[in-house]
Amino acid sequence: MPLSRAFFAIVRRDLLLALRRRSEIANPLLFFVLVISLFPLGLGARPQLLQAIAPGIIWVSALLAALLSLDSLFRSDFDDGSLEQMLLSPHPTSVLVLAKITAHWLVTGLPLLLIAPLLAVFLGMPQAAIGVLLLTLLLGTPVLSLVGAIGVALTVGLRRGGMILSLLVLPLYVPVLIFAGNAVAMASLGLPITAQINILIALLLLALVLAPWPAAAALKMSVN
Amino acid sequence: MNGQHLTGSGLSCIRDDRVLFEGLDFSVGNGEALLLEGKNGSGKTSLLRIICGFRDPDAGQVQWCGAALNSGDYYADMAYIGHLDGIKKELTVLENLNVALALAQAGSHSIDAALERVRLTGYDHALVQTLSAGQKRRLSLARLLVTKKRLWVLDEPFTALDKHGIALTQALMAEHCAAGGLIVLTSHHDLNLHRVTVQRIALS
Repeated sequence: MPLSRAFFAIVRRDLLLALRRRSEIANPLLFFVLVISLFPLGLGARPQLLQAIAPGIIWVSALLAALLSLDSLFRSDFDDGSLEQMLLSPHPTSVLVLAKITAHWLVTGLPLLLIAPLLAVFLGMPQAAIGVLLLTLLLGTPVLSLVGAIGVALTVGLRRGGMILSLLVLPLYVPVLIFAGNAVAMASLGLPITAQINILIALLLLALVLAPWPAAAALKMSVN
Repeated sequence: MNGQHLTGSGLSCIRDDRVLFEGLDFSVGNGEALLLEGKNGSGKTSLLRIICGFRDPDAGQVQWCGAALNSGDYYADMAYIGHLDGIKKELTVLENLNVALALAQAGSHSIDAALERVRLTGYDHALVQTLSAGQKRRLSLARLLVTKKRLWVLDEPFTALDKHGIALTQALMAEHCAAGGLIVLTSHHDLNLHRVTVQRIALS
């Protein structure tokens, strides 16, 4: 029962589950596309303004889509007892939690990445900035899933934890939003963005190493 | 097979200012079963959850082979079936068992043999949501068989089972004890395990 086998078994199981309940993939993605496509309608025929605020629009929508998808991370496992079984496994819970977060990102984060270039063109973002947008999404959305996991783990035992979850998690999302949005905006102006990207990489590594432990501990509390 | 034992000493559980039990001691060794009896709300499930390590006792300690639960190999050796079966209803029977197998050491039965034992042969590729409540219970039993666990902790294992299912569960439990396994369970049914020492604790 090597640890890697358990890790991939959990990832595989969660991907399979997502495939069988497609709304879980579709909902955040649909939300992301809808919000972004409503902005041009709301702002009227002002392409310059739209172009200027495009990085912010895309990143705020990505952040809210991530928040919307968080609840599904542990909810069904909590309801049907799979979470208890996971906690009772001899493997470190933090690694199994990381497996669940990985699967969750593949299902909810990666699709945003794939559709984003299309939406960026739609908002009139310059060519040079689209690559940077993808890079920031690649680095930033996993942070959203990792940090969000701590919040969901804390609130999964509550009947209506949605509001508390947003209050807990949104402040922690702000650094990602600031640096990612800023990187894309700077890239549209042709300015260097090394600093912002480095900070995003640092945030990702930090979240990758530090988030699974508190999430595992919070799950143990929620099951109690 | 050196002796394994689960002991509880001086256990207390207080819930919402109500004392469920106090100063409870027990010791279960290889080949033995411990049956917890009592009315609804008398703390049977709470005791099981303490044994699982989900909640800490308000006083006292549970030990596996003389060591605290969160240290050593306790979780490699124990399996729990609770009110929630921990089975994914959108997955097939086979997929569920494969996940269980990936999280634990392989046991005495192969998946096919286990399914045959619990009379679910032919259901390998059936989605669990199409199974009846009793069949799901039997699938939980199959999970116990495919993994190598010494200690079974079972919360009301006979719920939703028909007469044959109950007989089957008891036969499997007797076999497990005969092979040196340990069982802690709660039940409202009369327990009739062939040639197994059954200790009883009545919670009031």
